[in-house]
Amino acid sequence: MNRRPRALGAVTALVFVFLYAPIAWLAIASFNSSRSLSRISGLSTQWYAALADDTRVLDSLRLTLQLALASAAISTVIGTLAAFGLRRAFSGRGLWTVLLSLPLVVPEVVMGVAMLGFFVKIAGIPLGFGALLFAHVAFSLSFVVVVVRSRVSGMDVRLEEAAADLGASPFVAFRTVTLPLVAPAVVAGAAFAFLLSFDDVVISSYLTGVGSTTLPVFVYAQASKRGISPEIVALSTSMVTATAVLLIIGVVIASWRARKAGSVAQLA
Amino acid sequence: MSRRWLKANALLTPTGLWLGIFLIAPLAIVVQFSFATRDTGVARAVLPWTTQAYLTALDPAFLPIFGRTLVYAVATTVACLLLGFPLAWFIARHGGRYRTALLAAVLIPFWSSYLARIYAWKALLDGEGLVNTVLGWVGLDRDGGFLLTHGAVILGLTYGFLPFMVLPLYVACERFDFRLVEASYDLGHGRTSTFFRVVLPGVFTGVLAGSLLVLVPAAGDFVTPKLLGGVDQSTFGSVIDDQFRGGNNWPLGSAMAVLLLVLVVLVLILRGRRGEDVL
Repeated sequence: MNRRPRALGAVTALVFVFLYAPIAWLAIASFNSSRSLSRISGLSTQWYAALADDTRVLDSLRLTLQLALASAAISTVIGTLAAFGLRRAFSGRGLWTVLLSLPLVVPEVVMGVAMLGFFVKIAGIPLGFGALLFAHVAFSLSFVVVVVRSRVSGMDVRLEEAAADLGASPFVAFRTVTLPLVAPAVVAGAAFAFLLSFDDVVISSYLTGVGSTTLPVFVYAQASKRGISPEIVALSTSMVTATAVLLIIGVVIASWRARKAGSVAQLA
Repeated sequence: MSRRWLKANALLTPTGLWLGIFLIAPLAIVVQFSFATRDTGVARAVLPWTTQAYLTALDPAFLPIFGRTLVYAVATTVACLLLGFPLAWFIARHGGRYRTALLAAVLIPFWSSYLARIYAWKALLDGEGLVNTVLGWVGLDRDGGFLLTHGAVILGLTYGFLPFMVLPLYVACERFDFRLVEASYDLGHGRTSTFFRVVLPGVFTGVLAGSLLVLVPAAGDFVTPKLLGGVDQSTFGSVIDDQFRGGNNWPLGSAMAVLLLVLVVLVLILRGRRGEDVL
């Protein structure tokens, strides 16, 4: 018996409306001819043109991208190692789990002020790109570990044992069996880490130095004075659109490859 | 020391070092600052040790702020559960081969700037905004819109933290054996009884993990209340922020941060070992 989940489907649809309403509104407002975000007075692409000319926004966008890429790369590598470290039970694993869950639950403002105090007064690390990178990896790492670990712990150990039985060295077994199996989770973890760094306002706002303002911090400072600028609305719209397009391409490629690979993919 | 122990710890060492230096050490420094004496110069916090900051932090004058923060955080967690659970369940059970795509669709909006989204809500909730206009058609509009209300703050927080609830819930729902629901119906249980006695216990680790990821971070957030809340929108987080950003009072800000950390530790202890595999 398979009831049609009408009520559930309706709630789900409503939640999606809730999730997309502000995004849709941003997209509409980005083509507004006036600066207002609440009243649409006419069509225009001037804010996209203004965005392309705004060197301050583009400079901090570049810095934010570099920071997010570096942070995601470091967090993904050491976070994936940690996820494998937690694979089998050993004494002390509970303690590691507590340590790793701290960045997930400590409020950002607490982490931000703590890092500010430590970097400035104790460690003598100058505020700026370095300090931002140290901090961003620290708060993204655990998300990578959580995502990769859920995949690693669900993996069938026998697949690797079979590879070993068939004469594969540990390295070859890891590269040809283990890595392909966890790759989707590693990619997801990396995307998560990138996103967390890319959009961070609170922690970054304590650690930016002169000439190293990240985009969210720049936007926040600007917005608290004069409201959000239409160029930022245009930028946000472009980013969501780009992500959605990339994701759709990814889904299409994945389903195409899955169909090609047929039942082999089912093993994973 | 078995080989397995050595290997696990070796793999965990880089992460441990990074978190130790850039997270644990800073948090320890905050504890130290919280017992220091305020300095209005560049030193910020100096000797002698004192508990003055805690006495100030626990002053009854801050009570309304603590109360408001707690209400925001709890209401946000409940709202995220109410919205996130049907969503996670639907995707896990009825998503079929579109599961990954649906889950990704939940996350796409979060690729835009967080501040831009909050400002979009600001525009939508405004007196002349879309929400008020639509509600006006059925006579439910409100003079001046819904901006600057507690409801607006909770809506904004719920919007911001929803993915952190949906992901662990989805993981739990995906592992749930849906045949148990059919079995429960076959054994004569109704919908309510099945939900509370079969479904909820089955996905409880996800509920716990999601609530943990939403509750405390929401209690610390100050940007959302600042932008969507009314005149008197100070929260725990914004008071901490004020003490540091203006350089006003580092020991007081630290003491309040430590109080939030105590809350974190309490929640972690309450959780115990349950849900450890999800988080």
